[in-house]
Amino acid sequence: MGNAPTTPARKLTDAEARLAEIFAMQQSAGAPQLAKLRTAAFDAFSKTGLPNRRDEAWKYTDLRALLRDVKPLAAPPEESAKQHARNAATLTGVASRRVVFVGGYFAPALSDLADLEAGLSVMSLSEALAKGDAAAMTQIGNVGEVDDPAFALNTAFMGEGVVIRVGAGVCVDRPIQLVFVAGAQPATYFLRSLVIVEKGARATLIESFEGETAQEYHVNAATEVVLEEGASLERLKISHEGAAAMHVSTFVASLAAGALLSDFGLNLGGAVLRNQSFININGPGAHAAMRGANILKGKEHADATLFLDHAAERSESKALFKSVLDDSSQAVFQGKILVRPGAQKTDARMMARTLLLSEGAQANCKPELEIFADDVQCAHGSTVGALDENLIFYLMARGIPQAEAQSLLTEAFVGEVIDAVENRSVRDALSALVSERLRTQ
Amino acid sequence: MTALLEIRDLKAEIAGKQILNGYDLTVKAGEVHAIMGPNGSGKSTLSYVLSGRPGYKITEGQALLAGADLSQMSVDERAAAGLFLAFQYPLEVPGVATMTFLRAALNAQRKKRGEEEMSSPDMIKRVKELAKILDMDMEMLRRPVNVGFSGGEKKRAETLQMMLLEPKLCILDETDSGLDIDALKVVSNGVNQLRSKDRGIVVITHYQRLLDYITPDVVHVQSAGRIVRTGGKELALELEETGYARYQSEAA
Repeated sequence: MGNAPTTPARKLTDAEARLAEIFAMQQSAGAPQLAKLRTAAFDAFSKTGLPNRRDEAWKYTDLRALLRDVKPLAAPPEESAKQHARNAATLTGVASRRVVFVGGYFAPALSDLADLEAGLSVMSLSEALAKGDAAAMTQIGNVGEVDDPAFALNTAFMGEGVVIRVGAGVCVDRPIQLVFVAGAQPATYFLRSLVIVEKGARATLIESFEGETAQEYHVNAATEVVLEEGASLERLKISHEGAAAMHVSTFVASLAAGALLSDFGLNLGGAVLRNQSFININGPGAHAAMRGANILKGKEHADATLFLDHAAERSESKALFKSVLDDSSQAVFQGKILVRPGAQKTDARMMARTLLLSEGAQANCKPELEIFADDVQCAHGSTVGALDENLIFYLMARGIPQAEAQSLLTEAFVGEVIDAVENRSVRDALSALVSERLRTQ
Repeated sequence: MTALLEIRDLKAEIAGKQILNGYDLTVKAGEVHAIMGPNGSGKSTLSYVLSGRPGYKITEGQALLAGADLSQMSVDERAAAGLFLAFQYPLEVPGVATMTFLRAALNAQRKKRGEEEMSSPDMIKRVKELAKILDMDMEMLRRPVNVGFSGGEKKRAETLQMMLLEPKLCILDETDSGLDIDALKVVSNGVNQLRSKDRGIVVITHYQRLLDYITPDVVHVQSAGRIVRTGGKELALELEETGYARYQSEAA
């Protein structure tokens, strides 16, 4: 997922020039601990600039063309935005521990950090920086080697986020939900979080993004996850952004021996959504299940780009992505499996399935395999199709009206990825979200 | 009294090819009719034309369900009006739980007829009763519709749907195909429980065997897209002896 070399003489786009300006201004301010990291990241970004369609990893989501201007970095939120955040609707039925961010700022009054389970530590990124959490300092930006301009921008500009540590052997049953609510004004949010699940520990992490404003705003979010030996994390990410929002998110995870990652991303709205995942399977016997679902309408565009790096033996990865595309929406699935020398007995499977509900909708699927070990099982596939007319007839022949028959079959199509969510209340809430989204025009 | 099903000089085609050639059939409430005929005589086509499968087009004539013109109704409206087709090959519907499917079907029909919806507990109770009659494991009904069911299990599931939905007119398309003798008895028993003075049943079958268990009042022989002979239940036995050859040549 490298970037094509660019000609040094290229004129910066307006957005790139603005980013450089903002970066120069922020250098004097900000937490000193991260200054070096930020500078290195911005230098790396400057070498390539915003990625465009000639960069293989961004082939179908041309950020250089899409990002015409840079919205100002978020200012502290107004009261109205906080009020709105109080009603943040995503997964209200789940008894999660909520950590709320409004307009890019941590909102302690809306968050529930009281009575943390023994062995669990949750603090905002700024608090972690102020307290000088040394462990967090060394991990940020170092969970995996990621050579990507959007992630580099996140590192250069990271604003607020959360640092979570689950102590060795601790099992946290109550899901931890990071709620990111956009402010009312056009703005750019750089959100950054780090989650460390120590040896044998277990947790559920939900990240939900929502925005009600019709204004254009930009989210650049990144989450880094360290799974130590035998650790287990179920992560769910729900993007329900405003109609004009652009959301770029990077997920970096490292898995030690026997670690378990179960990841599910649900895209329910936003003009442009890009979710890129860099999964580093470093320990033998680790297992990563990566799933995603897009339910898109209008001109929405969602891009799931997945990089699975198998560097240890007997590890498994299973990827399943489903898209339901209406109107002239577009879904992109790019998945690359790399099996490094010595990663014998790797079992890696990847599948992308798309349901087209309209003739104007479009799906682009690009799987890649790169294998340097000789005793492995790898498979990939993709399908694109419409609902089965025979099934619609069968349901209608039992008295179910056409629209209802189509909804039932579409929900069933998406259901396969939701059914795999382990936490039951989360699973039910996700099904309800999907059902509601499919039934509203 | 208006006939339950009245088919008059019906002509129908699929992809421009005429399959039904002037079909006449009248089924009154309380009657069980058997339609027998060789393969390719249009028996399944009749069932699809009546239920409104896309691609099947009526070009001439009429089919009336309790006096209402079927061609003016959508597929789901026909079902709500009381038409039920038990499929020869019931479809598997991955991801849709059987109970969800049954509830959606029953309540959509009730809603369309202006009746009250059935509550979930009542529904589960009723399905349990029916499953017992049809010797079906409730565990099966927790699975997605027909997924992983054997041929016999699918036919039992079709019969269960039919018994739950209580249609006015049941059309059983080759319900005996793929059934072993035990399943045949169980399914026939279910169908016989549906026999009533208010209901009509049309059994489409290739073989006489099913009619040992579901005794028809009237037997028709269909050939080349229309009915060529009508008689009592003894006609089925005669066909078993003589085969369909003479009807095929007659039609030609």
